[in-house]
Amino acid sequence: MNSALLVNMARFILLLAAQILVFNNVNFLGYINPYPYILFIILYPVNGNKSGLLVSSFLLGIIMDMFCNSGGVHAASSLALAYFRPSVFKFSFGLSYEYQTVKLNDSLTPERFSFILISVIIHHFALFLLEVFRLNFIWEILLKTLLSTIFTTIICIIIIYIIKPSKR
Amino acid sequence: MQQIFNFIFKNSHRLLFLLLLVVSLVLTIQSHSYHRSKVISSANFLTGGVYERVNSFREYLNLKTQNDELALENARLKSIIFNAEDTTSIPKIDSIKGVDKANIIVSKIIHNSYNVYENYLTINSGSADGVKSDMGVVNSAGIIGIVDKTSKNYATIISILNVKSQINAKIKKSNHFGSLVWNGKSTGFVQLIDVPRLASVRKGDTIVTGGQSVIFPENIGIGTIDKIYIDNQTNYYTLNVKLFNDMTNLGHVYIIKSKDREEITNLEKKENE
Repeated sequence: MNSALLVNMARFILLLAAQILVFNNVNFLGYINPYPYILFIILYPVNGNKSGLLVSSFLLGIIMDMFCNSGGVHAASSLALAYFRPSVFKFSFGLSYEYQTVKLNDSLTPERFSFILISVIIHHFALFLLEVFRLNFIWEILLKTLLSTIFTTIICIIIIYIIKPSKR
Repeated sequence: MQQIFNFIFKNSHRLLFLLLLVVSLVLTIQSHSYHRSKVISSANFLTGGVYERVNSFREYLNLKTQNDELALENARLKSIIFNAEDTTSIPKIDSIKGVDKANIIVSKIIHNSYNVYENYLTINSGSADGVKSDMGVVNSAGIIGIVDKTSKNYATIISILNVKSQINAKIKKSNHFGSLVWNGKSTGFVQLIDVPRLASVRKGDTIVTGGQSVIFPENIGIGTIDKIYIDNQTNYYTLNVKLFNDMTNLGHVYIIKSKDREEITNLEKKENE
């Protein structure tokens, strides 16, 4: 048992608990909820086990689905985000991201912000597309994606600032 | 053979992704059909237990409104009893008409949802209390939904705020039937579609459940007409109905166990054979 694994497991459980107990009940303007549980996927170590990330994102999503009564919607969108994460890394941090020590939970730079924003958009668009599942509601899907993305991104950044490890 | 193994090892990441994606998409598609998969629902030990705990805290926040509602209902029932013509006759209760036809199970909503297109509620009684699929759920103000999945101690309800739900309803004064659906826009309004043009409808008229469904007894309140317009394609009336219930704030509910239901469904099954 190394410490990275323990940190990840703690993150998994805490984010899930926060999402179910607090953020699912926000209902801003009646229907807009933030989904900061995807921080688990965003903050997963850059050079960590890729298959491990896929399986744990799937588990994260399926537990969310159980609580939200939504079939496999969260599981599919979390999985999509986990799969496209390396490409987003490449886009935001440049080709050589694997050799740098990319630390996400640090002060906010344009690269980090763009990474979080794109991740959130990918996840939310997949989520609302599958949740609504009707193409004649496409404008509602886009509107929901836009509003929830703004909301989730702000809360993700706040959470990153709160849990930022203290400087040595 | 060697090459097959090489291919699998090389693409293990992608294959794992595709496998999990197929599983989640199957679950998603199942969830969008009317009778959903049994695996992923909040009527189970884990989620039901969590929601029950959370709800026991939240209950304190709206004890007052719940009490007011129950007191109002008590007052209404009392007035029916006191105004009965003969004290020896059984009082006729409007909202649960025909007491001998239906049994009532009291339950409590422990998880409410109203912010997506397909909303489900969770209640804290299940098959152990006699709750079964396709039973109607009401409260003192009006209808709430239909029981979907049950486990031993919990059950999920398809809310009337669910684009999949379709309930038979009628205009109280004229007996014209229609289907009650939701267009997914506002939590305070549902739509009554396919009302014939012959019907005389006016803003403010009351909409109640119709007698054609075996799920709800007749004449349970739903709401009042708010807007009337004519559907361009079908040439029937579409009525915007303002709900009696505030679906965002629900507490105690009653589950209706219709005694005639089995007989009627069996009869209709025989007819179809």
